[in-house]
Amino acid sequence: MTANRVSYTLDSSLQSVNMAEETAQLIAAKVGFDEDNCLKISMAVREAAVNAVLHGNAYDPKKKMTVAFENTGQALVITVTDEGKGLDINGVPDPTTPENLLKQSGRGIFLMRSFMDQVRVRLLEPGTEVTMIKNVSGPAVSHKEASK
Amino acid sequence: MSMKTSTRTVNGIVIVDLSGRITLGEGSVLLRDLVRDLVTKGQRKILLNLGDVTYIDSSGIGELVSAFTTVRNQGGELKLLNLTKKVHDLLQITKLYTVFDVKDDEAAAVAAFK
Repeated sequence: MTANRVSYTLDSSLQSVNMAEETAQLIAAKVGFDEDNCLKISMAVREAAVNAVLHGNAYDPKKKMTVAFENTGQALVITVTDEGKGLDINGVPDPTTPENLLKQSGRGIFLMRSFMDQVRVRLLEPGTEVTMIKNVSGPAVSHKEASK
Repeated sequence: MSMKTSTRTVNGIVIVDLSGRITLGEGSVLLRDLVRDLVTKGQRKILLNLGDVTYIDSSGIGELVSAFTTVRNQGGELKLLNLTKKVHDLLQITKLYTVFDVKDDEAAAVAAFK
């Protein structure tokens, strides 16, 4: 852990989801995001954490979720990792199309993408790693450093 | 703050006043059970007052959709009242704003039921 990076390893529980959300809110504020963006960032983290705990680790007490926050100076880079079976991002339909609009679930990744500047999903063996980037100065700012 | 609900009836319309967070876990389950209980008891006209809802996640959105379809499938109507800006924006982003009948005045909402 560096001064600009902090990482938490958490149980697969709803308490962990709430903790990840609250921590995201605090860190986003510390980085300097306004109230609206702090809310968006914390909501995106909550959605990623729900996916990790519920769909990834399936509340398995043996499996952990890791949430890492890194302030690169240009962006806040948040990584949420689980130890589950892996998320096929191509299998997640667009929840805003007419045939999916009234489905009860399937909006998590859509909300993450709506609230963050970049969302990347990487399959691990086992597990899924979701990386979400919010630029400090808006979408036009380069985040080469964050993409490394 | 976890979700709290209270129910009242105005001109035959059941108004559910919700407050707090509608999120995965307690809030979404509470909403689901409440709406199913109302429908089981024969209520077909339900107005969800979201004026004091401070936060909603994708699970909460899913429960609103589920409540809407549950009531509609029974031949009833479910409307939303007093959306906060946060909830309004979420429904806009997810394109659900046009699915729900959203009102910002309780008397007008009650009168709008068929």
